[in-house]
Parts: sequence; structure tokens; C-alpha cells
Amino acid sequence: MSSDRLSFVVASGEADRLLPVAVLATGAAAMQTEVQIFLTMWGVLALRKGAGRAPLSASYKDMTDTFWKQLEEHHVGSFVEMLEQAKEIGPVQVLACGMSMDLFGLSLEDLESVVDGVAGVAGFLDSAQDGKILFV
Amino acid sequence: MSEFLRGVGRMVTADRVIDARGSFCPGPLMEMIRAIKTAEVGQVVEVLTSDSGSRTDIPKWAEKAGQELVEVVSRDGGDAILVRKVK
Repeated sequence: MSSDRLSFVVASGEADRLLPVAVLATGAAAMQTEVQIFLTMWGVLALRKGAGRAPLSASYKDMTDTFWKQLEEHHVGSFVEMLEQAKEIGPVQVLACGMSMDLFGLSLEDLESVVDGVAGVAGFLDSAQDGKILFV
Repeated sequence: MSEFLRGVGRMVTADRVIDARGSFCPGPLMEMIRAIKTAEVGQVVEVLTSDSGSRTDIPKWAEKAGQELVEVVSRDGGDAILVRKVK
């Protein structure tokens, strides 16, 4: 296994930010880069069971219908489905921020099963420190 | 067409062809990875793609994964990318 590691801090719950995270995570997994996705704030809410489609960011919300139509027509799955697919092909770990879980009163069972666990900030940063970190 | 001409430009016949035209990146790459996973060693998988990223992504992946890139050819309104499973 490669020693490369790519970590995402996903604070956004907006679809137009989550999609690139999923695409980049899939590409990294394909190249056998270890991927960690640390969901915090609205990123945690995006992976609540039954959360449904995430909204687009405010500046682009007029394009919502076209956005989803284009993705559907070109066989792009949901954020959860894309993360599941990324896990099939490479080392991908999805963690939820403990502080955000407390803030929203959530437990791991409230989140989609693609989320592997709950982590604290120090633990996440410790495991991310030798690689690249992207804040989304 | 003579046997000779039939072979021109198509040196290898794929054991499995996946039409991923119309799928956005990284869909075609995912199709290739899945198909190679289930193929037998020695078999060739061909993915047809209209996504402009696949032309570079699939060869890069093949190199990293230690699989053999057989050829990349433009045809049928997209690219045909052939990879042989070698391990």
C-alpha cells in the first residue's frame, strides 16, 4: 500500500461541494491513496439517514433542477452511493466529528452506514498529519 | 474486407466490452476497475467512454494498479480504452 494520504475536512452540507469531495475521494481511492473524510458541522447533517438531497450553495441555487437532472442523466449516484463505491475500490474512511454529533444531538446510528465512526479533532489531525488536508 | 484489413487498428479483441458513454467522471474508471477485478488473468476489458478525463485517468490507474494498458483508440463517438488483467 502507498503511504500517500489525503484527508478532507467537510464542513459544508452543500451538494456542489459534496460532489467534488466524492469524486476526488473516488479518484484517490482508485490510485490507492488512503482517504479520510472528516465530517463536521453541516457535513454531518448531509449524512443523516433520510437527509435526502443536499441543497446547492446559495449563489447557485437557481441551477438546482439542471444540476440534478444532469447528474441523473450521466449516471452519477448520490454522495452516499459515491462514497460506498470509493470504499469498494480503495482505502476510504469516513468519520463524523464528535463535537458536531454532540451539537446536533446525534449518535452514529443516526448516520448513513457509510460513516465508519465518530472521531475527535486531535485523533483526526494525528492520523492526517503526514498527508494532505483539504478543507471543504 | 480481407482478414488483413480487419486487423488494422484493432490488434486486440476484448473479452468484455462495457459501454460507459454518457457517464461522467469517474464513472468509466469505476467500470474498468470493477470489470478488471472480476476478470480472469490474461483477459482484456474494453471501456467505451465519452468522458474526457478517462483518456488520462484509466491509463494512470492501470500503471498504478500494475495492469497492462493495451490501447486507447477514438471510435464510436468516444474513446475505447483496453486494459489486460495481468495479475
